Amino acid sequence: MDAQIWTYILVGFTFTLYIGIAAWSRAGSTQEFYVAGGGVHPLLNGMATAADWMSAASFLSMAGMISFMGYSGAQYLMGWTGGYVLLALLLAPYLRKFGKYTVPDFIGERYYSKSARLVALICALFISFTYVVGQMKGVGLTFARFLNVSFETGVLIGIGIVFFYAVLGGMKGITYTQVAQYCVLIFAFTVPAVFISIHMTGNPIPQMGFGAKTADGVYLLEKLNQLSIDLGFAEYTSVKKGNLVNMLFITAALMFGTAGLPHVIVRFFTVPKVKDARISAGWALLFIALLYTTAPAVAAFARTNLINTVSEKPYAEVPQWFTNWENTGLLAFTDKNGDGKIQYLADPNLNELKIDQDIMVLANPEIANLPAWVVALVVAGGLAAALSTAAGLLLVIATSISHDLLKKNLKPNISERGELWAARISIAVAVFAAGIAGMHPPGFVAQVVALAFGLAASSFFPAIILGIFDKRMNREGAISGMIVGIVFTATYIFYFTPQLGGPGTRDGFWFGISPEGIGTLGMIFNFLVSIVVSRVTSPPPVQVQELTENIRFPRGSGEAHDITIH
Amino acid sequence: MTDYKKLYWKKNLTYLAILLSIWFVVSFGAGILLADFLNQFKLAGFPLGFWFAQQGSIYAFVLLIFVYVFLMNRLDKAFDVDEK
Repeated sequence: MDAQIWTYILVGFTFTLYIGIAAWSRAGSTQEFYVAGGGVHPLLNGMATAADWMSAASFLSMAGMISFMGYSGAQYLMGWTGGYVLLALLLAPYLRKFGKYTVPDFIGERYYSKSARLVALICALFISFTYVVGQMKGVGLTFARFLNVSFETGVLIGIGIVFFYAVLGGMKGITYTQVAQYCVLIFAFTVPAVFISIHMTGNPIPQMGFGAKTADGVYLLEKLNQLSIDLGFAEYTSVKKGNLVNMLFITAALMFGTAGLPHVIVRFFTVPKVKDARISAGWALLFIALLYTTAPAVAAFARTNLINTVSEKPYAEVPQWFTNWENTGLLAFTDKNGDGKIQYLADPNLNELKIDQDIMVLANPEIANLPAWVVALVVAGGLAAALSTAAGLLLVIATSISHDLLKKNLKPNISERGELWAARISIAVAVFAAGIAGMHPPGFVAQVVALAFGLAASSFFPAIILGIFDKRMNREGAISGMIVGIVFTATYIFYFTPQLGGPGTRDGFWFGISPEGIGTLGMIFNFLVSIVVSRVTSPPPVQVQELTENIRFPRGSGEAHDITIH
Repeated sequence: MTDYKKLYWKKNLTYLAILLSIWFVVSFGAGILLADFLNQFKLAGFPLGFWFAQQGSIYAFVLLIFVYVFLMNRLDKAFDVDEK
């Protein structure tokens, strides 16, 4: 059987599974719809959080990026995992005790202010929507390549599937579907990695394999370093010294951004107790770490394999996968010196091979000559990653609209039934809007995602942390801090991103910090402004101070609820 | 806040300070600032700084959370503020 048939079988089977689970665990109340009834076991919640968190970018793009960046790729590995330590230690247990449905809920109650809630609401909507667009694009691309349909049809299929199970199931349906999606995606990511690891180093554990010796007795990484130098690239494992400050800021922005992302935070409202919220973050990171420690191994294997397969090889003898990817335009060969061989070099004037880094994970099993069903498995895994993240984000959007905007601002008397319908309708609208935006993506999706992280780090993170740990923090401090953080970060990103129309160039970067890392500085400004402003204005009301103290002690957490201050 | 509860909170903050220092040292320290220096040492085929950046820091993050959970569950029980 060829890869095509295997793809139909595996993708068809997994999708039937997701829809079956969603139909079986249908949400009946707003509480089930928003936070799955608050009764999800921490281990399952950890798996669901992991699937929610790991998007098409983690699954499809990250190993490819590391493969081309070498050591510096660690900024994504550390940045996208380290935030969970902050979540577990500084946010999850307290927010769970606080017992609300959404991040704007917390901001609104803690800072006794509708405008604070509104600022938070707009940030949450913006962050979540930019993310969903990226996921829909990922779904479209994957379908297009492997089901041989057009990109638009691919996106439409994605819309249909997400629509069905997110609208029906709400958080309850999504959570259980995500558990299944996690299993599919981790299996799909590790199986090819194990095969390749055995093949190249004889060690079945990829995490150890890329530090082991290859058949000729040389360490794989030493070999890769040598290959890289021979072709004019930097050594794979060596530190880029001029880039350290920038790398530090990017890593920090991703960590703090992770801890401020609304669709991640909301996961910790779905468990029964404060204790469960803490351990849930631990399980989530463990499940994420399985993929995140495998990815750098995949990156090193793929890079070595790629160089060995194509460098100085006659173009007439390239393998089938090479031709397949050439057809998508993501891989291109131009014989500049006319010798009929592929020169893959760092020097742009002599280099004859252009490779889009996003294809590395999808092409890796083919490059390594793995059986057809493994190739199909990777496709199913990539789709699971993209769909699970899209569903989680759509739920945040729906909750923000039906709960934060409608129930808490515009129409407080709305019935439970009415709110549930409003949530379903807003999901439906959001899915289609995201699908359409995904079909005609503004060319700068990647840049906008950087913006989302920067904004989360520079707005939500300080507001939440100070709301928990600083009893004296008041409305004036938090709002002015959030505004300064967001405005500074957004301005810097727009100014220094040509794709977004900014006039700035690399030479103008402050301390060499690129837009991806500027959220860290925005966050520092936010902290400073919040603290200074709060100290010169009046302290928060007594009942808010009591509330802040109350969330420090786990006893009496109860379910996520709607009652404000006792 | 009673003194008893103050003590609970203080202990909690001490745990946080220690665990977050380790968090900082393994990632920003060993993985970035000291990575070049650590690269002269080897762990199997890995230069040590590279290993911390792409493997070790992540293992440490997972451990840190589980240690925190253990410490806090014990503390909650000792101060009788745990959930029944």
